[in-house]
Amino acid sequence: MKSSLLNMTAVLFGITLVASAGVGVVNMITVEPIAAAEAAAKTEALNKVLPAFDATVSEVVTVDEMPVTVYTATQSGQTVGYAVETLSKQGFGGPVSLMVGFTPAGGVVNVNVLKQTETPGLGTKMADEDNSLIRSIKGQQLAQKKLVDGKLAVTKDGGDVDALTAATISSRAYVDAINRAWMAFRSVSTGEEPADAASGATQVAEPEAQEGGQNE
Amino acid sequence: MNKLQIILSGIVRNNPTFVLVLGMCPTLGTTTSAENGMGMGLATMAVLIMSNLVISLVKNIIPDKVRIPAFIVIIASFVTIIQMLMQAFVPALYASLGVFIPLIVVNCIILGRAEAFASKNNAFDSVLDGIGIGLGFTLSLTIIGAVREILGGGSIFGYPLGIGDYTPLIFVLAPGAFLVLGYLMVLFNKLAKK
Repeated sequence: MKSSLLNMTAVLFGITLVASAGVGVVNMITVEPIAAAEAAAKTEALNKVLPAFDATVSEVVTVDEMPVTVYTATQSGQTVGYAVETLSKQGFGGPVSLMVGFTPAGGVVNVNVLKQTETPGLGTKMADEDNSLIRSIKGQQLAQKKLVDGKLAVTKDGGDVDALTAATISSRAYVDAINRAWMAFRSVSTGEEPADAASGATQVAEPEAQEGGQNE
Repeated sequence: MNKLQIILSGIVRNNPTFVLVLGMCPTLGTTTSAENGMGMGLATMAVLIMSNLVISLVKNIIPDKVRIPAFIVIIASFVTIIQMLMQAFVPALYASLGVFIPLIVVNCIILGRAEAFASKNNAFDSVLDGIGIGLGFTLSLTIIGAVREILGGGSIFGYPLGIGDYTPLIFVLAPGAFLVLGYLMVLFNKLAKK
């Protein structure tokens, strides 16, 4: 078809109008199912890392200038555990996002990897059912682990968390996210500021750890 | 042209990856495993069939000078719609393919077929071309992904082959993508010429 200013303008206007109307209609149809699917995914992630519960209250804590969401799970009014949605920006291929479950006493129930874009076959092993990282912390009290500056660390950095083979950077990101979750957990479960919680749990809280815990 | 030939030509004679060498960015980036390659291929095929259909239907009312922006708007809308539908109704599939979907907009296979085929042929043939090229792309990506996964990760579609953890990792990383693509391209063209 020959082009003229009028028909070019009219056709492009028509196409964009129809296209945006189409996208708008589909958005209207899908906005509720998408929200429902996301809520279901969140509940599933919570179920994986917590003992049986019937209600959760969420609270956002800022640790290291990053928002961390803490879900306090209760069963008929009794607190049965805390799930922390945490992240680290130190991943090899982008942010690493985890859901970490704690018992009220501070033991790790389980860890679920929500999102990661690590190298396939190396860092992606962090999402496997049974890997060296999860074996090092599952069912254990983090405060009783070998801490470096009040934080968990991989063996290469002086701690006792076994890193994934050939994926030290991904393992450090994982541990970094766990540390952030732990700080948020302590601040919510004890009602203290994250910095105080960090120094309370470890006698040797370095300035770095306190700095990291600054709230707001 | 014979209807079956249109489909077959997309898989062999006009194979988008090994012959036309289009869409190299998603090809190199997403073929770290057979499953990822196949997912990217199938998602691209869905968009390609729909965009070919619509573009062949509206080709006569689009002025030549603005055809490219018009095609891009149509393609981008389909990609957005497919993304929203997947997210809403098949969240499990979206969780594994979600990152690839927006990449389809910039896949030049889609625009290439809109230009080369859909804007010159009727709706039915254009859909067949979309199926053919889509299958060709899916098969190519699955093969590249499978080769990289076997050599680099020692598994296929996520199932371990029992050849241990000491496979050459380079095949899963970026340089391996170029190596595997290059050798497969040679092999494919050698076989296809016969």
